[in-house]
Amino acid sequence: MRLIRLFPDDSKFRFVRWRVLSFPFSAFITVTTVVLFLTVGLNFGIDFTGGTLMEMQAKSGQADLSSVRSAAHSFEAGEVEVQEFGQGGQVSVRFRTQPGGQAAQDALVQKARSTFQNDYEIRRVETVGPRVSGELVQSGTLGVVLSIVSVLVYLWFRFEFNLALGAVIGTLHDIVLTVGFFLITREEFNMTSIAAILTIVGYSLNETVVVFDRTRELLRKYKNIPTEELLDLSINSTMSRTVMTATTTALSLLALVLFGGQAIQGFANVMLFGVLICTYSAIFVSTPMLIYLGVKTSARAAADAKAEAEAKAAESKPAQVRA
Amino acid sequence: MLHFSPWKTAAIGALCLLGVIFALPNVLPQSVLNSYPSWFPARTIVLGLDLQGGSQLLLEVDGEALRKSRAVGLQEEARRVMREARIGTTGIDLNGMTVAVTLRDPSDLAKAQERLRTLAQPIGASAFAPGTGQLDLEVGQRNANVATATLTDQGLQARVRQAVDQSLEVIRRRVDQLGTVEPSIQRQGADRVLVQVPGLADPQRLKDILGQTAKLEFRLVDPNFPIGQPPSGPLPAGSELMYEGAKDDNPGIPVVVERRVIVSGEDLTDAQPGFDQNNRQPIVSFKFNTRGAQAFAQVTRENVGRPFAIVLDDKVISAPRINEPITGGSGQISGNFTVESANDLAVLLRAGALPAPLNVVEERTVGPGLGQDSITAGTRATWVAAIFVIVFMFATYGVFGFFANIALIVHVVFIFALMSLLGATLTLPGIAGIVLTIGTAVDSNVLIYERIREEFRAGRTMVSAIESGFKHAFAVIVDSNSTMAIAALILFLLGSGPVRGFAVVFLLGILTTVITAVTMTRLMIALWYRRTRPTTMPF
Repeated sequence: MRLIRLFPDDSKFRFVRWRVLSFPFSAFITVTTVVLFLTVGLNFGIDFTGGTLMEMQAKSGQADLSSVRSAAHSFEAGEVEVQEFGQGGQVSVRFRTQPGGQAAQDALVQKARSTFQNDYEIRRVETVGPRVSGELVQSGTLGVVLSIVSVLVYLWFRFEFNLALGAVIGTLHDIVLTVGFFLITREEFNMTSIAAILTIVGYSLNETVVVFDRTRELLRKYKNIPTEELLDLSINSTMSRTVMTATTTALSLLALVLFGGQAIQGFANVMLFGVLICTYSAIFVSTPMLIYLGVKTSARAAADAKAEAEAKAAESKPAQVRA
Repeated sequence: MLHFSPWKTAAIGALCLLGVIFALPNVLPQSVLNSYPSWFPARTIVLGLDLQGGSQLLLEVDGEALRKSRAVGLQEEARRVMREARIGTTGIDLNGMTVAVTLRDPSDLAKAQERLRTLAQPIGASAFAPGTGQLDLEVGQRNANVATATLTDQGLQARVRQAVDQSLEVIRRRVDQLGTVEPSIQRQGADRVLVQVPGLADPQRLKDILGQTAKLEFRLVDPNFPIGQPPSGPLPAGSELMYEGAKDDNPGIPVVVERRVIVSGEDLTDAQPGFDQNNRQPIVSFKFNTRGAQAFAQVTRENVGRPFAIVLDDKVISAPRINEPITGGSGQISGNFTVESANDLAVLLRAGALPAPLNVVEERTVGPGLGQDSITAGTRATWVAAIFVIVFMFATYGVFGFFANIALIVHVVFIFALMSLLGATLTLPGIAGIVLTIGTAVDSNVLIYERIREEFRAGRTMVSAIESGFKHAFAVIVDSNSTMAIAALILFLLGSGPVRGFAVVFLLGILTTVITAVTMTRLMIALWYRRTRPTTMPF
């Protein structure tokens, strides 16, 4: 039986060079995301805004969106969002926190229940109070910040600070792009999204650490090859693993996207996006970043200078020939 | 490195077997589990409400209301003690948490302060913790003729804590009335209670009954009917039959009590477990408000020697004898208490009136249809993911892929076994976590295999390539999994409910994958190598 080989052996791709494209690209996307975040904003779910979410399914299999919308508006409960999702007539209705406190919210939910339950199966009703949603925002933010800081500390402890910093920059990049995914798809951002982001933090570092572990090993082995060559060697020699793991993870997430059901699909979509982004950033963002963060020793500095001189000579040579 | 001592092989085998034994109850029908011997592990994973369907309420004890009612209660008590001590006052005012007693005659100041001090209660004194000896009240003076009593922050905080304890008990009793299966009531944080009721499709009724105050009553026992004997013949119109200490199977002791209520729960301000000063027996001391105190004093004065019944929700909690008239608005209940039962009774007595209103701050209900759909879809996704990964691993690594696949299956079995063992809850994100770890679990094997391959291509012999592959890959496996574990741990600490369920699965997954990929595949490869003695790489 012939076995699959996703990535060729003994590859000598010059990945790090691509930074002339990947850095501006990533910078552009990052800036765009930040701008979108500040102008458009995330589509926060009730976990973070407070309010009531109702999910229901039409008993006929066909949802009458306009009648649901007009019924929901007739409750005079302020801003209401009505959306159809999935297949088979599923509708979600989102109410804001009512000014009258718990009693008003309860009354609204009861009204909505009795209005819709003849034609729809009420499948989910969630109400989050303003205090809890505030706390969830807090703990969500805290979680993301804390994970980055503690991973930075761990990596600093295990690697050099420069490597740790490079890894964390890559991770920040992945977080920003994931948020960008939420901004562009308008996918609801809730507590599960925080879980997705933290998992992406873990996965992103996992990808980077494997490359950097090799960098560290090669640093000891080759004292005087140029930085770029060293980094390319690190990526090339770990590339088959990177591709394998990204594939198996993407495959299982694909199973989740295709068969996991509507309730988990959002999470699966984000994670699948995250795995692709993490793989990209490990190769094209974190690792090339080390050129600037420095993995230099004096011997390597000399080698770098020599490599640069040779490159210049090589550039000028063809010109001479032509002349 | 490739040598495994027989006992190590046996230990790994035993570990797998244990994993299977602990995971098995999850797939066996209940009838088989019932036939298990009692010592055999039959615990199954608990399904979260998002999979089971049901309602959950997060209730918050209204601390502000509690402080206010304590302050108002203090004001009322201050009024009472001043009157009892015949100290003339021109005003007893409440300002924030301070009660100020303005005296007609400044020479009464010391006496008034003395009386106010009697109202102080030790902080945190319960049957389980003797308390710090600190009091919840600071007595001082503002002017020459104004004595003050201020409730301390510490004392009030202790009171909120106690209030949550009390609410837990009240809530549990009340939720039990719904007759649902296995409701769960847990304290959460400083001032919250999480109530989960599987199978409840509309939580309105739950909210209604949790909003009511419990009915607590002090009544006299009908002297014509001895306690413990079921009455023969009809009862007089003024009496009714109740039971003491009734539990599920046990109907309890019959007690015939008068219908007339001496004092009801609304007139109770406090009850505390403690010890009798004379014989050091556990007792429960209680306090009434002014109205309750007067009514109770009158009835007990007239009925010394007779038993009265403490009735909660039409069940007799206990029927102690009135040893002497209880006139001070407080008294103690002695009986056959253990430390624990005294504490329980105190909790119940206090629970009579909910210590503070409960607010619903979060509410989530999942219908049974959605839960079932999620289980079906989650199971399907898990199988598909497993098949994808297994086929892919085999197609890439051949026989080594086969070993990795066995390790992968064991890994999933271990997750189920550990979750059953820990009594962890499986949520929908938890299922997603299992699917995700199926993808990431093989990573350790991939790292090892790629390293072996590299070493072999660098010119090592088969056996030395395998050895050095395992050795070199180990550090990076630890590092890469540690970073994942840190993220998962933080998610576990900060997340709640379903998200926490994901974190648990992910953490356990990281743990088991390191074990299965490193130890188990190494054993399989060692056995394979010993048998076949290959000279070329199988992949």
